Amino acid sequence: MLFFAQATALATFTGAITRAIALGCIYAVVALGFVIVFKATQVLNFAHGGIAMAGALFMSIMVNDAGFPFLPFGNPFVNGEDRPGVMVWILLLAIAMAITAGLAMVLERVAIRPMVGQPLFSLAIITLGIEVAISAFNRDAVNTPNARSLEFPWGTNFWEILGANVNHSYLVAVLAAAFSFGVVFFFYRSRLGVAMRAVAFDQEAAMAQGINVGRVFQIAWAIGGALACLGAVVYSMAPFGPQGAVSSDLHPVLAFRALPVIILGGLDSVTGALIGGLVIGSAEVLAGQYLSGYTSFLGVGYQAIVPYVIMLGVLLVRPYGLFGTPEIRRV
Amino acid sequence: MAFNRPLLRTSYAEDAAILPTAFQKGAVGIALLLLSAMALDVPIVSAIPKFLLGNTWLSPFNNMLIFCVAALGINILVGVTGQVSLGHSFFMGVGAYAAVLLGGDGSGGLACVPFHAQLGLLERTTRCGLALPIWIWLPAAGLAAAAVGILVSPVAVRVRGLYLAIVTVGLVFIGQHIGVMLPEFAGDAESGRRWPPLEFRLWRRNDGNEDNPLINFSEDGTWFGFLELSDSQKSFFFLLGVVLFATVLAKNLMRSRTGRALQAIRDRDVAAEVMGVPEREYKRLGFAISSAYAGVGGALFAVNLSRVGPPEWSLLLAVDFIAILLIGGAGTIAGTLMGTFFVELLPDFVERLTESQSEAAEGSGVGGAIARFLLTDGSRNDFGPIATSAQAFGWPLPVPLWNFVIYGVLIVVFLIAEPLGLFGIWLRIRNYWKGWPFSY
Repeated sequence: MLFFAQATALATFTGAITRAIALGCIYAVVALGFVIVFKATQVLNFAHGGIAMAGALFMSIMVNDAGFPFLPFGNPFVNGEDRPGVMVWILLLAIAMAITAGLAMVLERVAIRPMVGQPLFSLAIITLGIEVAISAFNRDAVNTPNARSLEFPWGTNFWEILGANVNHSYLVAVLAAAFSFGVVFFFYRSRLGVAMRAVAFDQEAAMAQGINVGRVFQIAWAIGGALACLGAVVYSMAPFGPQGAVSSDLHPVLAFRALPVIILGGLDSVTGALIGGLVIGSAEVLAGQYLSGYTSFLGVGYQAIVPYVIMLGVLLVRPYGLFGTPEIRRV
Repeated sequence: MAFNRPLLRTSYAEDAAILPTAFQKGAVGIALLLLSAMALDVPIVSAIPKFLLGNTWLSPFNNMLIFCVAALGINILVGVTGQVSLGHSFFMGVGAYAAVLLGGDGSGGLACVPFHAQLGLLERTTRCGLALPIWIWLPAAGLAAAAVGILVSPVAVRVRGLYLAIVTVGLVFIGQHIGVMLPEFAGDAESGRRWPPLEFRLWRRNDGNEDNPLINFSEDGTWFGFLELSDSQKSFFFLLGVVLFATVLAKNLMRSRTGRALQAIRDRDVAAEVMGVPEREYKRLGFAISSAYAGVGGALFAVNLSRVGPPEWSLLLAVDFIAILLIGGAGTIAGTLMGTFFVELLPDFVERLTESQSEAAEGSGVGGAIARFLLTDGSRNDFGPIATSAQAFGWPLPVPLWNFVIYGVLIVVFLIAEPLGLFGIWLRIRNYWKGWPFSY
């Protein structure tokens, strides 16, 4: 009897910790998009959530719909009853990421570029305006009679490890995070990545060295958009809130869930995004698991605000996050 | 002498006057006259085109006046003190809950002790409310919000810039959840609870004077023996009074020592500190004052809607205020009021315009063609941007969503083209005519 109770506790813990790591990786991917854009262009991109949801919707249109909006030809990837295979699905994801990156580049060119050199506040508020405009389109597009499913090839399959159900999705989330952080790691060591770091350090000096700052901006936004799309798609997987489809109430706040992550890690730290994501994701999942006995006291859905409470606590101690660079103030 | 040179000021008091020029006095007077004429349905105003039909505008105008109060608050925090806050809706919620606790119907007493339900003392369906009159709950809403503003200020004054904006986003989500946590305060998690009606009494509702408040703003009636007014007309004049009071208060704050200290912090906080302005104290004060305005605005907002759920105090509401501030002109009272007027009435304007267009689509000629191009019911593939039927998913957006697009785009356009907002446009017009026919 005792042994059985221990095994259950272990199973609960295994289930919770794997889920925590997976959710942490998803938050880290979303936060990484924020950080790349902020590092290169000094813009806190409030439109990240809108771009992310648009990306998930692009993906959903490609795996689901028989035709594309505004385009005369049908969708070659959707044939009748079959779900797309893994390779086709990944190819489609790459296309969706590319389209989202294009959207982000257009937004950067139209709304952000004219504001170069303006105060950080104005730039952040511009992205807030973009967010409001994009979410209107998102809300209309997600509002179909059928759910906007993303047709994950692995669905709700799971392995049984130590008595706990570990979904395949968890592994996918970890792989997505490994992929994006790996790509960013190698990208920062490429010629263009070095240019981006130079721009992040000092825009004018970088320009004087012959770096095309506008192009660096554009590429940073493209990477941010692609990561946003990846994060939103991975977040839609079955054991997490949206249950395999683009959700009309969870996806719009996804990026705001990632804000505590970048506060914890610091706005301009890539490592911070990873660590912050894991910490915040774990806190959310573990609080949801182990405080569920107090739900009548804490209220339904309390785990969703755990990240914000942690954020307030961290800021009280370290106003620039754990890995952020303190702002230097000149008199 | 002053007659020949109207802009010559010979004393500091003249320079700091609320309405320094005759033009401004006249403009404010005419604006108030027009507003009253609109509310009283005087024929001149109702004779404006079809989609502007006079009295149907009262309810959007009441809503706009309430937003004016809260917008004056965010102007003090963001425009005057320079602290970017996205948490205005949180403080509005605090004020609204303070109002409903003091003024709402409920079992009072024990029901107002939080967390008693977990201890098994009462049913969770019990509502806390003391049924006190408006002259208690309206100021108390402001005070409660100010107190909460001071409570969060230890975090808020430590962080600056973008970090502050993010912290206040967190506040909004935490606030929404606290509403869910305390059903005896906030009511049902989705639909909320009933707020007290807009009426003036001397003391509690249940104390014998059951049916006759001194002034009832939520029922039709006669004022001064001859003025027949509907409920929304009465509320309009009450809210107009509140807005005038709030505006004068904000204007006086801006031209006082405190206001100058806040502006110094906005312009350069380190320099202000060097000059002897205690930065943190004044930031805290700015937070408190702004929250007080938000609280009063939030209480009136909830009373006007009469039933509000916790999800209403959302980030979108807070973004509304940022839009108001940027479109109107941050840091100026006139700009804030213009911005509220513009942002809050634009959705209704667009909605009515669409209605008149759908009538025009039936007709022939150029007007009909334009209307047919703009509107689509989604059944035919004509790329019309505005959907008139709920069945149209995807591209053609319905009018309420177009309103979001419009104001999102307006934020971007104003920030790029005219950072001072409508107030900046007004300044340009004024400066042009000041020197006319010379260029300067």
